[in-house]
Amino acid sequence: MAETEAPRPRQRPIVRLGIFLISHSFSFSVVCCTAGVLALLLLPILAKNTYISENALMPGSANPMLSNQDVLEANRFVKDLIALNSKPRGSGIESQRLIAQYMKDLGAEVNYHKFHPQITQFHPLQFFSSPDSGTVERNISCSFHGVNTVGITRAPRGDGKEAIVLVTPYNSQKIKQAEALSLGTAYSVFSLLSRVTWLAKDIIWLVSDSQHGEYAAVSAWLRDYHIPMFTRLHTVNAETCPDINYLYDVRDNSVTGRKIYDGFKRAGTMAAALVIKVVDRSETFDDNLNIYAEASNGQMPNLDLINIVNYLAVHRQGFRVKVEKLWSLLDSKWLKNLGELFESVGQVVSSINPQWKFGIPAADYTEGIATLASSLYNQALGVPTGPHGAFRDYQVDAITLELSPRASVDKIIRQNDFLLRGGRLIEGVILSVNNLLEKFHQSFFLYLLTSPGKFVSVGVYMIAFALLVAPLPMVAASLYADAINLNSSQNNEKTVADEPGTALRSLKWVNAAKKVFVVHLWGSVVSLLPYFICQIPNRSPTVSFIIWFLLSVLSFFIMFLILASPFSHAKESQLHLREWAILKSVTMSATFIGLCLMSVINFSTAELGGLLLVPMCLMAQPMRRDIRVGSLSTLSRLAYNLVFCLIGFPPVTFVLLKGAFEGFNSINVGDFWCWVESLWAWSSATYLYIGMVHLPCWVLCIHILFHHC
Amino acid sequence: MAVRPLRQFLLLYLILFCRFFYSNAALGSVTDEEEFSEELLLRPLPDRKVLAHFHFETRAPPTASNGRHHHLFPKAISQLVQKFRIKEMELSFTQGRWNYERWGGFDPVPSNNAKPPGVELWAVFDVPHYQVDASWKNLTHALSGLFCASINFLESSTSYSAPQWGFHSASGNLRYGTLPREAVCTENLTPWLKLLPCRDKAGISALMDRPSIYKGFYHSQRLHLTGKGFDSDGVDSGIVLQQTLTVVLQPNEKRTPVTSLETKFQPSWSLTSIFGRKVSGSCVLAKSSTVYLQLDRDLVAELKNLQKHNEIAVAENVNYEGLRSGYGFQLSVEPDKVLEEVNGSHGTSPSLLYVFSVEKHSESEPFDLGLTWKIPVAWSCQQAPLHASRFLMGSGNERGAIAISFESTRLSEWLLHSDAIDSCELPVKIFQVVPWYIKVYYHTLQVYVDEQQQAISDVVDKIHVSPSEDKVSPGMMEMILKFPCRMKSAVATLEFDKGFLHIDEYPPDANQGFDIPSAVISYPDFYSSTQFGDDKSLEALPILAKFQENNSVVSYTEVLLVPLTTPDFSMPYNVITITCTIFALYFGSLLNVLRRRVGEEERFLKSKDAKKGGPISQFLSKLSAKLTGRPLETPQSPTSTSSSFISSKLILKVVLVAGIAIVWHFYLE
Repeated sequence: MAETEAPRPRQRPIVRLGIFLISHSFSFSVVCCTAGVLALLLLPILAKNTYISENALMPGSANPMLSNQDVLEANRFVKDLIALNSKPRGSGIESQRLIAQYMKDLGAEVNYHKFHPQITQFHPLQFFSSPDSGTVERNISCSFHGVNTVGITRAPRGDGKEAIVLVTPYNSQKIKQAEALSLGTAYSVFSLLSRVTWLAKDIIWLVSDSQHGEYAAVSAWLRDYHIPMFTRLHTVNAETCPDINYLYDVRDNSVTGRKIYDGFKRAGTMAAALVIKVVDRSETFDDNLNIYAEASNGQMPNLDLINIVNYLAVHRQGFRVKVEKLWSLLDSKWLKNLGELFESVGQVVSSINPQWKFGIPAADYTEGIATLASSLYNQALGVPTGPHGAFRDYQVDAITLELSPRASVDKIIRQNDFLLRGGRLIEGVILSVNNLLEKFHQSFFLYLLTSPGKFVSVGVYMIAFALLVAPLPMVAASLYADAINLNSSQNNEKTVADEPGTALRSLKWVNAAKKVFVVHLWGSVVSLLPYFICQIPNRSPTVSFIIWFLLSVLSFFIMFLILASPFSHAKESQLHLREWAILKSVTMSATFIGLCLMSVINFSTAELGGLLLVPMCLMAQPMRRDIRVGSLSTLSRLAYNLVFCLIGFPPVTFVLLKGAFEGFNSINVGDFWCWVESLWAWSSATYLYIGMVHLPCWVLCIHILFHHC
Repeated sequence: MAVRPLRQFLLLYLILFCRFFYSNAALGSVTDEEEFSEELLLRPLPDRKVLAHFHFETRAPPTASNGRHHHLFPKAISQLVQKFRIKEMELSFTQGRWNYERWGGFDPVPSNNAKPPGVELWAVFDVPHYQVDASWKNLTHALSGLFCASINFLESSTSYSAPQWGFHSASGNLRYGTLPREAVCTENLTPWLKLLPCRDKAGISALMDRPSIYKGFYHSQRLHLTGKGFDSDGVDSGIVLQQTLTVVLQPNEKRTPVTSLETKFQPSWSLTSIFGRKVSGSCVLAKSSTVYLQLDRDLVAELKNLQKHNEIAVAENVNYEGLRSGYGFQLSVEPDKVLEEVNGSHGTSPSLLYVFSVEKHSESEPFDLGLTWKIPVAWSCQQAPLHASRFLMGSGNERGAIAISFESTRLSEWLLHSDAIDSCELPVKIFQVVPWYIKVYYHTLQVYVDEQQQAISDVVDKIHVSPSEDKVSPGMMEMILKFPCRMKSAVATLEFDKGFLHIDEYPPDANQGFDIPSAVISYPDFYSSTQFGDDKSLEALPILAKFQENNSVVSYTEVLLVPLTTPDFSMPYNVITITCTIFALYFGSLLNVLRRRVGEEERFLKSKDAKKGGPISQFLSKLSAKLTGRPLETPQSPTSTSSSFISSKLILKVVLVAGIAIVWHFYLE
């Protein structure tokens, strides 16, 4: 080792570590990405058992008071409701009157809430703003309204500061047996609660009219509860609608018949809300309870709420509790193999030390993965899975309990038993929430469920995402460093006194950044385009989608011509060997920032997006280079790139996913438009992510792929 | 010798004279005796409940005649009055809410006794202006000790306010404070009962069976004190202490499945069935001991109606049992008197008052009043002119709005002259105190009448606002709104920002949210007086005298719960940890920079580099070069320097530590 030049001093360890990672970025990124995917697959094994964190809840500490008497009354109510179906005229209004009458007989305060479902419209400027009703001006027709019935039981000794909400959606036009049963369950609980003395919070029973959608009715009521309008514009013009007036002429033959209050009744700050639904799915084994919890943008209610429901349902009332899962994953071969692999690893581990609890049975693992996937998917979509989502917009913890009875509920004994158990479950949950002195805050808000009794908290699932995106900045840095080194060595070979050359060299990343910026700008233009397309009357989804696509392409070329051409012209003169590398590194940095931002807003979107984007970004290389070399490895890389870029294109991703779960024969081009429309109707951040992060990144990767170098 | 008989005579004379004088004086000051009277008012409520209103009144004559000693009057209270020179004071402990819609809001009982949940205290002092606050603070502490409650929290200036005219006519020396979250229990009742001469051992107060009165739907225990006449006109009235307990109870009834079409009987009840006790005689110290049963105007009218309908059908069956029962119900005890309300303008039937004297009852013949309904009847209580309710608007932790909504109860239309209804106005007085961390912007006041926004100057008659000062004083608003009489509904809204509290200012259970105390709504043009007969003798009955007072109708709104941003209280540990880490990093790097000598370091590194290198590191660098697919670079290049930090020593150390750890683990398990 001839000491021709002075040895460079050793750098500080942290800098050295950074340099080491950058210089080994390839192996590092391979290891990290694999570890990221593996960590994601390991989540069901790492999931912890749920536990009730808030001591005040004390679920199941009291014996249920709901008696057969209540159930018999509920049965009578159910019968009366179903009997309405046979009546010819205006069963909608009749059913609301019947419900109101029953509520009033229990001594509750009753009022009707008339509403018009809000028309879903794309408001680009109000994407994240809180829901408000001020902007909606509508020409109201009488046929298009719903009437919610609201009953409030005041806590006898409470101070009325807080309330618990029970919601039962039902279609007032045609009452099905299952819906009537859900009303009956709620009625039995409500009649019990109107008598008990232990209530500390008021109980609101909202019978929402779901003829225009379950969510719309609940959200309309919540909007009027929290953000009422006092001016005349908003209220339904009662004079023109005879139906609504008809609601209020109460038959005054009953002695207790006070007139129903013509206004909006309120009861304090909401502590929690339970949506009760009964579906007639005829389960074979047991009475089932499905829990739906995802609200808009992947927000979840406090885990304690799910815990008490799960605890009471399993340990007290003997329901089979389920959370949603992707059924198609359950019988996939590779998952089973993976599960068996993990199981055998777990056995090996436990044979080494019996105290190390690693690994779960393969069947459990598959179920866990299916549940986790569904949990991730629902959160990533950002669309609430039920009417409970409306409550989360007002920071109220809410879940939907979907009860499905075993066999059919036609037999009266079965029905009584079902009502009794369902009612007792809800009574127990309300008792627990009623015990709560503070609002739900003790347990997790950021979690993924792998089964009703198991969860993965944020601290664990963040690892998978962090590992997945960690290579992006590393590879970006290494690419940049390489490109700079290469160019500087080239320049050194040339004349050193090439002044504009060095100036341009330092500015090179600026050019790339400009390009990236332009593409991102285009992305936001693309995500704004649907607003204008929506204005076109009489359009089918397919047409809209095609218009959107064409406009996007057009705007892309326009923007590129206007904004990016001067730089491309400059680039021509100074053709760098690795110009694409700089571009790739900037793209990666932008993607990294985008993904990290998204992980704060909606983790699941970021995780799923990362799974698509990270491999695409990491592998993107100009095609020409690969073809020029022509070896097996480069060709396989080329194929890999092409496949990933194809999958990464959002409509293709959508079609593939939809095809995988629902079969390919029913797919239509317009479906993507419908899907996107639903995303912005729910003001889902996923829409913004697709427009502002995913699509630009994909375009840049394509650009790199077809780069001429 | 003659002196002695003379002296004896003189002595005798003196004694006689004194006797005479004393008896004279005693005769002259019959009204100056301390008096105590106990009364209980029962009233059936439309929603199958019963209102029981205990009223105890103790009067003490002016100090001059009696010195510092009292026969009946509680000394603690009189000392309180003396010490703090209280002109008037009211303290109430309430649990539950008064249901204005069902239990009425117009007559004197709800108007005086419907109180906001928790503790409410107000006092008027007869001291110079600058001493009022000090007196108030001392008073809160004294009361806190007296009643076993945390009234002392009202001492802090952030929790009380000094209303000018919105709450009470007394201006200047009035202080008002509430504690909405105070839990009320028997430990507050016991000291309150201790102020009664018979406690709850005899007389009407013996009915207060703790489980039954705390089982009720509403429970309000009140202490009202009218101090001695420190007032300027020199009328010395002594101290009047009124203690009332208002409870709404549900008589036990058999639960039957009811349908809407079935007619419902009101539950029949008796004192034993609602209190579980009987009255065995009066408190011997009481001047009067009376039980009243009041039937509402509407109920009387309804009964008369029913009677009229039925009389035609079953005219021959009607047998009156004298006073003992009206039509449709039966009383188990014969009333001593039946009084009818003397009402002026409004043309409904008068309300009826059945008077029962307890004095004649004894242990052997206890008083147990019972009411049995014979026909189903439904009625409603008289409402206040407007039904006021208050609620929060908005969501999130940043801002919100308070809205007070008024619904007309159609009372004003027939109470006021119907011919002038177009031009008449209904004044409503609002008094509202808001804690400082709810930063109300008073300029955002908006008033909507019948769904039309009104200009503030048109609606607001008078307004006085004292804005909150952070951590010093709460915000207070007194306002008189004038609504048109024909109005159906009105809303007044105020916007606010939610403030931040310092970590040590959070109360326990901060995650529950923060309370905004009830607003007081009063109607200056409506008076809640009920007059029963013109008989002067009735004025001796304190509860009737109380009913005759011309007070304006008052109602309280709901307490509101505002969720504020709360820190994670388990966080301090994390915060300490992260702060310490940041400090360590900061000071570490600062010190490093300060004490670093670059030249010396380079020399040191050079000497170290000379010794560097070993077989393992060479091998590793080769391996890494293979892995990355780069040509093996010379050790001088920067990459190799970076890779060489995995020195053999380091690897050895790591392996050693890992080995030790594994071995240790296995041997320990």
